[in-house]
Amino acid sequence: MWAILTLLVENKPGILFKVTHLFRSRNFNIDSISVGVTENPDYSRMTITTYGDEKQVAQVVKQLDKMIDTVEVKQLDELKTVYRELSLFKIKISNANDSMEINKLANAYGAKIHDAKKDSIMVELIATPDQTKAFEELAKPFGIIDVARTGVAALQRSGT
Amino acid sequence: MNKMETMSGAKALMTAMEKEGVKQVFGLPGGANLPMYDEFARCDIRHILVRHEQSAAHMADGFGRVSRKPGVCFATSGPGATNILTGIATAQADSAPMIAVTGQVPVKMIGKDAFQESDIIGMANPVVKYAFQPRTAEEIPDVVKKGFYIAETGRPGPVLIDIPKDVQTNEVPMTFPNEFKIQGYHPWSDPDIVAIEKTIDMLLHSEKPIILAGGGTIISSAFAELQAIAETLMLPVVTTFKGKGAFPETHPLSLGPIGMHGHAEANKMMAEADCVLAIGTRFSDRSVGTFEDFEKRLKIIHMDVDPAEIGKNQTTTLAVVGDVRASLRVMVKLLLQRAIKKTEESTWVKHIKETKQYWKENLKLHPGEMGAAKILRKLRELLPADSIVTTEVGQHQMWASLFYDVIQPGTFFSSTGLGTMGWGFPAAIGAKVAKPDVPVVDIAGDGSFSMTENSLATAVLEDIPVIVFLLNNFTLGMVAQWQRTFYNRRMIGVDQGKCPDYVKLAESYGAQGIRAQSMDELDRAIKTALSSDVATVIDIPIDPEEDVLPFVAPGTSLADMILPS
Repeated sequence: MWAILTLLVENKPGILFKVTHLFRSRNFNIDSISVGVTENPDYSRMTITTYGDEKQVAQVVKQLDKMIDTVEVKQLDELKTVYRELSLFKIKISNANDSMEINKLANAYGAKIHDAKKDSIMVELIATPDQTKAFEELAKPFGIIDVARTGVAALQRSGT
Repeated sequence: MNKMETMSGAKALMTAMEKEGVKQVFGLPGGANLPMYDEFARCDIRHILVRHEQSAAHMADGFGRVSRKPGVCFATSGPGATNILTGIATAQADSAPMIAVTGQVPVKMIGKDAFQESDIIGMANPVVKYAFQPRTAEEIPDVVKKGFYIAETGRPGPVLIDIPKDVQTNEVPMTFPNEFKIQGYHPWSDPDIVAIEKTIDMLLHSEKPIILAGGGTIISSAFAELQAIAETLMLPVVTTFKGKGAFPETHPLSLGPIGMHGHAEANKMMAEADCVLAIGTRFSDRSVGTFEDFEKRLKIIHMDVDPAEIGKNQTTTLAVVGDVRASLRVMVKLLLQRAIKKTEESTWVKHIKETKQYWKENLKLHPGEMGAAKILRKLRELLPADSIVTTEVGQHQMWASLFYDVIQPGTFFSSTGLGTMGWGFPAAIGAKVAKPDVPVVDIAGDGSFSMTENSLATAVLEDIPVIVFLLNNFTLGMVAQWQRTFYNRRMIGVDQGKCPDYVKLAESYGAQGIRAQSMDELDRAIKTALSSDVATVIDIPIDPEEDVLPFVAPGTSLADMILPS
């Protein structure tokens, strides 16, 4: 199962190391991780997505919660959460038709076009990992030169 | 908040430690911790010099387990710091409270690969409960206060404080806080009364209930509560190896430790039980054998202070999170309120007692005069009940588990989690410092003892008279046993030769060395050691072919013991 974890941690040097180290030493996997300071500069929010069975995910939440530097650790319910990641795709352009098709594809996914050149185009996509994967499949036939992904950021919806 | 006084970081450290009640530090000086060492000249804290930093950590560990207050060890930067890592990891694996203070290169030199620089924070992170590296002298009082609090509360553990040299020397106005806040640390949870009520009902409604007491029972000193519950509900008690002696092993309801080298009767009864109250244990592989077998048969009630232990190794029927002693106290109270008191022995308890008697009479022991069982029973016979025993790691440790009965709860300590050879002797020194008025004995093997034998210097020079009870088979005995059992007797790398002569070794340090080659000699040697005021090594040559039995092979069930043939 795929799980989204949200961690509120003290904004101090070395915490990211400790969190990622815990995943390694306890034999858990990190699928993606994103970190940024919160509205209160004393704290950072980490969003980690991971794979594992129910027992493993419950255990990783407990182990993270046990860490003294974590203030709050939660597994988010996908249905009650807004979660997105930003991806940049550099896609190959072989002819004028390609350019048009990629523009159409980008439009369909609400993505932005950057850096349109004669032989390549950059697309900025903000989407769920599933949507990102679907976009990637559709872009593949054109030839993907490079991809950069931020990892998922997530917040629970209010009132849930 | 106290009045501000200008002082160095090093002085602030010592002052803060004095406020925490620290009376002694085990350690070894070097370039990067000299400012802290200089403060020993101006404070009341005793310094106990070691010959290797690993031993300093084990001494602090032994002190901490016995006194239940963090023991403190000092090491310098670089190799000094890496040398204490094994000691820190040992304390972490066994949840022992400890404060390790290391010197570090000055702040500006960090990351420059300076002389004797090591990233000890990075290295120690996975084996500490928490690690601090104050970057300014002002932080030190707060760091010490938090460090002690973290080390000794909840599930105890080692805390590392790594102090750059300039942070030690800088003089600043210091305030010593009385209060502090650690937002992400909540060690106390109230006893879960609903779960405790359910626990009582589950135990009452089981036909073959049993208590499995783990190390947490000893850490929280829940001895009286455990005994009250066992007697009120007439529950037989097995322990893990770390929980050995949580319950008097001379008690009619005691079956002793389960596990790879558990008592035959304990393993048998554990394998027959239908409901277990597991107290302060993490269900280690060495204790329970295969996990699948365990959970298929049993209703498991798991009581632990650490919520992360619930479901980590073992799926449980019921979780009771909270301090073990607090939870057991509530349980005792509820039993009283509900006027529950069993007076008649159930078929199960009768069966337990018969099984215990059977194994008492039928477990085959080594036929020689100097068999392990006879040697350890002789020690038990002559040691006062309040004596403290530590062990090294190996065959002697498992024989101690099998044949040395703990009479007074909380008097037996061993490196059970990490299994650190060389732990027992320095830990015994730390234990003796914590309780100078009782005899302290390290039950040792020659392989382990040789790893930290230079602590004899500390025992002699610092006048800490402990007894090393050395079962000497001139072999890395447990490895040899595995090679005999699983590797078709191909003995590789286990022969220690007759080297060194441990009597002469002891004497060369100014300690007492006695060789005991018969039961009469052993009797005299133990009596001499107990009445001496100098550290004593009793060298007891034994048969290198003697195996530790029973033996539950790794990955098999407790019911499938290899027994002496």
